[in-house]
Amino acid sequence: MIEVSVDLLLLGFMAVISLAIVRMNDLFAVAMLLSLFSLLSAGVFTIMDAADVAFTEAAVGAGISTILMLATLTRMDRRKKSHKTRGITLPLIVVSVTGTLLAFGTSDLPALGDPDAPIHRHVADRYIEQSGTEIGIPNVVTSVLASYRGYDTLGETTVIFTAGVGVLAMLGMRRRRKGSKKDPR
Amino acid sequence: MLHHTVLRVIAKLLIPVIMLFALYVQFHGDYSPGGGFQAGVIFSAAIILYALLFGLDTTMDVIGPDVLQLLAAAGVLLYAGVGVAAMLLGGDFLDYNVLAHTPTEGQHLGIFLVELGVGITVASVMLLLYYAFVGREPGQ
Repeated sequence: MIEVSVDLLLLGFMAVISLAIVRMNDLFAVAMLLSLFSLLSAGVFTIMDAADVAFTEAAVGAGISTILMLATLTRMDRRKKSHKTRGITLPLIVVSVTGTLLAFGTSDLPALGDPDAPIHRHVADRYIEQSGTEIGIPNVVTSVLASYRGYDTLGETTVIFTAGVGVLAMLGMRRRRKGSKKDPR
Repeated sequence: MLHHTVLRVIAKLLIPVIMLFALYVQFHGDYSPGGGFQAGVIFSAAIILYALLFGLDTTMDVIGPDVLQLLAAAGVLLYAGVGVAAMLLGGDFLDYNVLAHTPTEGQHLGIFLVELGVGITVASVMLLLYYAFVGREPGQ
């Protein structure tokens, strides 16, 4: 019961923050609200006992991406450009139809945490029962990520490396200039 | 340069603790939540905090982009190298069982090394991204 009320509170805050982000013009405030949104979703993940995911969301979503967004903001106009609003009928129809379809689609999904859901019937049992003897470490998440699914994690690490290479190729790296100590911002 | 004395003093106290926590998350990932990815992000966050307060040039003197580019590649190579080592020792790619005397010890060693590779790459790439974003001249 208390879990549900905390869930509702967090999700309610997230809904309010999303609406505020859409309506705001001050991009600095939007960046801070996005950070808050990530922190709240980290809270939701914690309630779902997904501590590893919550950890990542708090560190990357609320931490590093906010810093990167703020760094970008110092290079551009802080306020969103106002643009003429065209008719809202067509966007409203598209959004309503998509929303209805998504809501309709969720009716087929198994209940949250249902042990008979297809996703829990495949290899999850084996990981939980065997990883203690096969891998020998208590944290099943680490066993799956680094060993059972080591190939995927290698791919993810390569993606991160490639993303870094891509950003460097586009933005370039400023050479260090000796003697000119400049304010980074 | 910013001259927030309070922030600087607090940051100097916090940065070693954040780095230590990153190492804890890295090497204690077998027993508690966390692992290479989270540890890398936390470690780079400590250095970014330093850069926010003491300037980009000072931070680049501590750890330069050239070193970071090498480290970013080294992490991926360490990960793939563990896989190749397993192949050379007679197993499949990334089959850690053959890395040590017993399969479990091999798994421990393999997971330790690949998580280290992930941590090194993630920390270096996050810092490189920060350097690239902040190092740009205004209006560029």
